Amino acid sequence: MDMRVNIAGVEWKNPVTVASGTFGSGAEYADFVDLNQLGAVTTKGVANVPWKGNSTPRVAEVYGGMMNAIGLQNPGIDLFCERDIPFLKQFDTKIIVNVCGHAPEEYLEVVERLADEPIDMMEINISCPNVNAGFLAFGQDAHHVEKLTGQIKKIAKQPIIMKLTPNVTDITEIAKAAEAGGADAVSLINTLTGMKIDVNRRTFAVANKTGGVSGPAVHPIAVRMVYQAAQAVQIPIIGMGGICTAEDALEFILAGASAVSVGTANFHNPRATLDVIEGIEAYMKKYGFESVKDMVGIVR
Amino acid sequence: MEKRKEQATVMSQEMLADGIFSMWIRTDAAVTAKPGQFISMYTTDASKLLPRPISICEIDKEGGCLRVVYRVTGEHTGTEQFSKLKAGDQIPVVGPLGNGFPYEKAEGRKVFLMGGGIGVPPILELAKQLTCEKKQIVVGYRDQQTFLKDEFEKNGCLYISTEDGSVGTKGNVMDAIRENELDADLIYACGPTPMLRAIKDYAEKNNIECYISLEERMACGIGACLACVCKSKEKDAHSNVNNKRICKDGPVFLSTEVEL
Repeated sequence: MDMRVNIAGVEWKNPVTVASGTFGSGAEYADFVDLNQLGAVTTKGVANVPWKGNSTPRVAEVYGGMMNAIGLQNPGIDLFCERDIPFLKQFDTKIIVNVCGHAPEEYLEVVERLADEPIDMMEINISCPNVNAGFLAFGQDAHHVEKLTGQIKKIAKQPIIMKLTPNVTDITEIAKAAEAGGADAVSLINTLTGMKIDVNRRTFAVANKTGGVSGPAVHPIAVRMVYQAAQAVQIPIIGMGGICTAEDALEFILAGASAVSVGTANFHNPRATLDVIEGIEAYMKKYGFESVKDMVGIVR
Repeated sequence: MEKRKEQATVMSQEMLADGIFSMWIRTDAAVTAKPGQFISMYTTDASKLLPRPISICEIDKEGGCLRVVYRVTGEHTGTEQFSKLKAGDQIPVVGPLGNGFPYEKAEGRKVFLMGGGIGVPPILELAKQLTCEKKQIVVGYRDQQTFLKDEFEKNGCLYISTEDGSVGTKGNVMDAIRENELDADLIYACGPTPMLRAIKDYAEKNNIECYISLEERMACGIGACLACVCKSKEKDAHSNVNNKRICKDGPVFLSTEVEL
């Protein structure tokens, strides 16, 4: 049975990575999970300089999931390259660095800085709903997505995954824009913008007022969007949104994702990634699939 | 790869006061647990994904058990589910987590062990393990439901404050210190932020070494997600900004290193 998948020329040993922001750079979860078992580790977003993030409370629980407004707190690319990349290099897994910024120059600075680092792929977060840059997230405007993707591709030395927001009218337009800009892959979905009100304190549950909703509650929406994107673009898709079990992951694969990311489930079950990998293997055995790629997009 | 989510077994459960429950669980976490650490407790309700961080109230290393004393925060909450568990039931937990109180610093010193509200329980194991010259336990409650009072009396010199004045000093823990004319050269405290702020001010004005245990909404509980941060005075070495992770770098901090 062949668990390997090839994402834009990078071979992962299996189709499972983690959703950015739920796993740090792996150090904390390494106490629970053998990182060598993962197809890839996707890091929390890193910017050109350190970001302090939003005020607390930064998270709230919602039915079947959670809402977060961390605000992309990160140590900045310098410390990240010095500490987090060498940490991940100890493991036999692919390294995907998630890149964030407020403006194109900030993304480009990080991408340039990473060009000669020993990482395998970059995922560009153009969709975080929690960072107020005075305009819409880049990911909500097809023209901006294509332009930024093109600018990044000019200087990047590793394959580029554009991470798409679900907070748009038509996901296929944005996916096509990323492809037109030269993206090597897309990943979706990022969190859905939500709001929760604490009725006892009569205030917002997270200090940022709005937050990104994730967890099994969003899974059907994510599967629908991955399916739509798969019909619209040729580049590989990394599917995510509420995966807790292998079945949840398989829905994405059958809908057209070449790989999947486990996110919020890590908080509920620190070894959720391994359970998903084992479950996919068991499913393949049960139904006689020789290779993961034989399952990609077969439900049409 | 030495940590895991495990199924702990409930040994006993009782209500200590309105909405305050005490549960003993058998768990591997008991072997290494220290006072001031916490455990992540999980519901079995799939709609409630996040762990509830609950402080450790007592540790029975030999018996392999931990005691948690927790508040039920409302109807249909995870803590309400915990309160319905009975001896023999299973509960998924991860722990022990966090740093715990540096109790070894108390040797030969005059100490305040201060707790308020649902910050009272972790003070009990601290009081049991700590050896010092003068052990002054100062705990604050809302009313006459002074849970854990008898256990505290066995482990130090107890001073109580109540908001309604029904037991001990009327007011808060700082009022109890003033009324009883107490002093100390080392403080450990856990409780609501306004209480910790007052204790931090008092400690800094009087140049007293003071350790406070903080609380914040958490998601992962292990230092990865950066949900539960507090402001630090200096740039933190891990975060590279003036934020520390309460779940991982804390929950106990030297009062002068954090801003409340």
